[in-house]
Amino acid sequence: MDWGFIFEQAMASALGPDAVVYALAAIGLNVHFGYTGLLNFGQAGFMAVAAYGLAASVASWGLSFWVGLLVGLGAAGVLALLLGAPTLRLRADYLAIVTIAAAEILRIVIGSVSLKDEFGGRDGLQAFNASFTDLNPYNGTVDLGVFSLSRADAWVTTVGWVLVALCCLLVWALMRSPWGRVLKSIREDEDAVRSLGKNVFGYKMQALVLGGLFGALAGFMVALQQAAINPDNFSTDVTFNAYAVLILGGAARVLGPVVGAVIFWFLISGLGTFFSEAAGGTDPLIPTWLMTDTQASLVRFILLGAGLAALMILRPQGIFGDRRELAIDAR
Amino acid sequence: MRVRAILGLLGAAMVSLLCLGGSVLAAAAVPMAPGDEGISINVILLDQGQPTAENPKGTPIPGVRIIVEDATGTEIGNDVTNKKGVASVSVAEGGDYVVRLDTDTLPEGTELSDPDDVTNSVNVLGFDTTVQFPIGLAERTGTDIGTRILGLVLSGLKFGLIIALASLGLSLVFGTTGLTNFSHGELVTLGALLAYGFNAGLGLHVLIAAPLAVVAMAVVGYLQDAGFWSPLRRRGTGNIALMIVSIGLALFLRSLFQYVFGGDTKAYDRYVTQTPWTLGPLSITPKSFAIDVIAVVVLVLVSLAVARTRLGKATRAVADNPPLSASSGINVNAIISIVWIMGTALAGLSGVLLGLDQQVEFQMGFKILLLVFAAVTLGGLGTIWGAMAGSIVVGLLVELSTLIIPSELKYIGALLLLIVILLFRPQGLFGRAERVG
Amino acid sequence: MPAEATGSHAASESVGTTGTTTRDHDAILVGEDVIRRFGGLTAVDVDRVEVKRGLITALIGPNGAGKTTFFNVLTGFDQPDSGSWSFNGRSLKGMPPYKVARLGMVRTFQLTKVLAKLSVIENMRLGATGQRGESMLSAVFPTLWRSQEKINTERADTLLQRFNLDAKREDFAGSLSGGQRKLLEMARALMVDPDLIMLDEPMAGVNPALKQSLLGHVKGLRDEGRTVLFVEHDMDMVRDISDWVIVMAQGKIVAQGPPLEVMANPKVIDAYLGAHHDSDLSVEEEEARLEKVRERLQAKTGPRDREDGDPRE
Repeated sequence: MDWGFIFEQAMASALGPDAVVYALAAIGLNVHFGYTGLLNFGQAGFMAVAAYGLAASVASWGLSFWVGLLVGLGAAGVLALLLGAPTLRLRADYLAIVTIAAAEILRIVIGSVSLKDEFGGRDGLQAFNASFTDLNPYNGTVDLGVFSLSRADAWVTTVGWVLVALCCLLVWALMRSPWGRVLKSIREDEDAVRSLGKNVFGYKMQALVLGGLFGALAGFMVALQQAAINPDNFSTDVTFNAYAVLILGGAARVLGPVVGAVIFWFLISGLGTFFSEAAGGTDPLIPTWLMTDTQASLVRFILLGAGLAALMILRPQGIFGDRRELAIDAR
Repeated sequence: MRVRAILGLLGAAMVSLLCLGGSVLAAAAVPMAPGDEGISINVILLDQGQPTAENPKGTPIPGVRIIVEDATGTEIGNDVTNKKGVASVSVAEGGDYVVRLDTDTLPEGTELSDPDDVTNSVNVLGFDTTVQFPIGLAERTGTDIGTRILGLVLSGLKFGLIIALASLGLSLVFGTTGLTNFSHGELVTLGALLAYGFNAGLGLHVLIAAPLAVVAMAVVGYLQDAGFWSPLRRRGTGNIALMIVSIGLALFLRSLFQYVFGGDTKAYDRYVTQTPWTLGPLSITPKSFAIDVIAVVVLVLVSLAVARTRLGKATRAVADNPPLSASSGINVNAIISIVWIMGTALAGLSGVLLGLDQQVEFQMGFKILLLVFAAVTLGGLGTIWGAMAGSIVVGLLVELSTLIIPSELKYIGALLLLIVILLFRPQGLFGRAERVG
Repeated sequence: MPAEATGSHAASESVGTTGTTTRDHDAILVGEDVIRRFGGLTAVDVDRVEVKRGLITALIGPNGAGKTTFFNVLTGFDQPDSGSWSFNGRSLKGMPPYKVARLGMVRTFQLTKVLAKLSVIENMRLGATGQRGESMLSAVFPTLWRSQEKINTERADTLLQRFNLDAKREDFAGSLSGGQRKLLEMARALMVDPDLIMLDEPMAGVNPALKQSLLGHVKGLRDEGRTVLFVEHDMDMVRDISDWVIVMAQGKIVAQGPPLEVMANPKVIDAYLGAHHDSDLSVEEEEARLEKVRERLQAKTGPRDREDGDPRE
């Protein structure tokens, strides 16, 4: 058992591009769910339209990378308006069902053979981020002591964490303002807010769009990190994992999503490496009749599911949350 | 009274099938393909997406030019497929040949399953050799639209009925506890997996394994309420928190299934392929027929039970208004426990039938979960009749939409409908406007 | 039975027999032919109702009389099947609740809606209208809203003092007692600076000691020139403070007039007794009872999810 290797792998995920993607996605969900109480179960859809907006603009339609970014953000914004208009007047779980359905529709359409020329079908799209990699200031592998990042990963990671920092700053600024106060009040009791003369629908829509744009940034990071995208990058599980990240770190906390993403990826990657070490090799720690190589990669997801349920039951405020300020009424 | 509507639909489908049946039975016998001396390379073109009564393997495609070339690319000969879809080209000796299909001669609307597969290399060893060009495997196109619609209606009804079993369970649980259960799909899967386990693992006959799995699911239903959901309810955990708990549970179960069962698709040891019964243009395999009958019977029985029995009335009272029911002497917890037992057993049955119809796989339930949500929402959350009618609509929509859109997109229609319904009629098609949820 | 007595009939009767101050006041809120049905049940069927400016008007009636439904309709939280109603001469038909509130007609709720996970002072600040910081763009730049926030906070502190909540300023609103919640809700409504404040059962669930002080606060509202309309089903509570009483029973207005006179009206007594004679529970009554149960539960365990409510706005 090579503990050093396991730790290295865990840290590389916890501080690398994986954590960046989920931190951004969860920051968006934090605006939706943590502060406003909107159950968006389609964050993967927002990520998908942004990533594909960018990739298709460059790879299929020959636009510039920077225009592609605008297309991606615009697509996420439009998606928020489309989903919000019918559902934000309805009960919370309707939004959940509509957003999850919309995300699935998008994933199926994007991967369809009929639109292969635009979106590349199951194979997805590649070769769209040259403008981004051209800006890479690093000359080679970056060694951070515990782990090292390849030249490309180092650049993506740097940009990613800067984005995360900016987003957190924005959320912090917004949530201490009267605007943020209205959102939190809507989460508590929207009729009360309405009775005080606030346009609840308008605020919910603003929150949905803002959180969707954060999701778009997460989608961009997926595209840039992999230098390629395919429909499976945006499955429903991505959204659910982002919820796990949010709840782990603490909903309605500015840094909750960031802390959550780091811990989430440390655990997922660490456990993954641990079990593949434990079940692999010539004389595995865990006998093969109990766990094969393939099964080893699944243990972390079993634990993830159990962990999400247990966390929600036992510590819904997350690791650093304050129970009295708990956004979700869980008890 | 939705059941009557469903039965009516079934009946109407049968009658229209009988009427159409006569007109198609007019295909004349065709003389055999020319069999010249020497060795011949035969090509049979069948649209496999269009099996019919007299051509269970697929409809022959006539009039398509087939060209045979030798290894150097020189044309040896060509022929055009006859009414049986057969073309034949004689070659002098064994060896490597390339068989090419002239796609321009394909009838309008017919395409090769793999459009790039216009050539076939064959090694002829001195016997007549038959070459096939797969047509209509991925997509069904062309030929008799009526037959196609009938086939789609039948498979849509079957799919709808399977979904209905799952929706009923979801709707009952939602109605009485307010839980939007994202792990319901995993209950469907578990039913199929248990049946597979009893069948392949313990060697029981499918007809024993299947009901045993449903009974086991009823026990699972009791246990998961008593051991998991009931304590959470007692703590007063909010609905949204419970929804997230159910997501965690779903992730947990799905990964666990994959761990134990593996990632591949398996089938029960019987009834995998069957010769369909045919009735005019209509063909239905005995197992599909059995699935329809079982589902209809169970749905009718459950609906009658909910509508007529004391227990059913109590269930509806709890669904309507738990505190009031409690104050009027109904044991709410006992009712909820029964609802969990029933809902889980129904989900299990849905999985068993789905496994029989398609095959067994660790995320089969997850894949239909959104359709189940669509069905339940379509009919109106928490209403039993609505859930069933919504399911039939979803099943038909999914299958019939393949008339217009590629079958890879067939789930989209139902999901779009879900969104549209919420836009214009959030209480569902059959829900009452006043008491939503 | 009361169903025969129409609102206008009762109104003319009472105006004819009293010569009180009410003549000097114009109507701030007028409703005509307002009908709201739930399925087969007509919850509200009001021919004509007027609320006079500068007075305290009580809307009373037995459980299930349709008072809260009528309240919801007037404030835009529910849409009636037909009818018209106007505030300060402006029609409110089809107007969403937040616009009604902005016109200066603010309501509280029977089931108190404080924002449990916000502090008391944040609850108060939320009430202020026209906040520049509530626009998303200027929210990011505190210089644009900080001075306004300071003024609002000062106003909030004054109100908290007046309602004896200043000691709780930094506490979570969820930690307040039932009576304190009622006070906070009333104070928060005043942050909107309404012309008409509509209180839905301000005394429900309040302990007797606090009741007197609450009554005093309601009178105080009138004394500073606001109009008050409040719902109550307990007639004794009404007698002390109201200038005008409107009695509803089975969705209709059966009588109105000055409190003492109304209470002597046999129709009113009939309405109350009549309702008790009926053994069938109407949907409204059922709801009211449920509300009580929920309130009790809530008092025990704290606020619950809102999921059991109506999903539409």
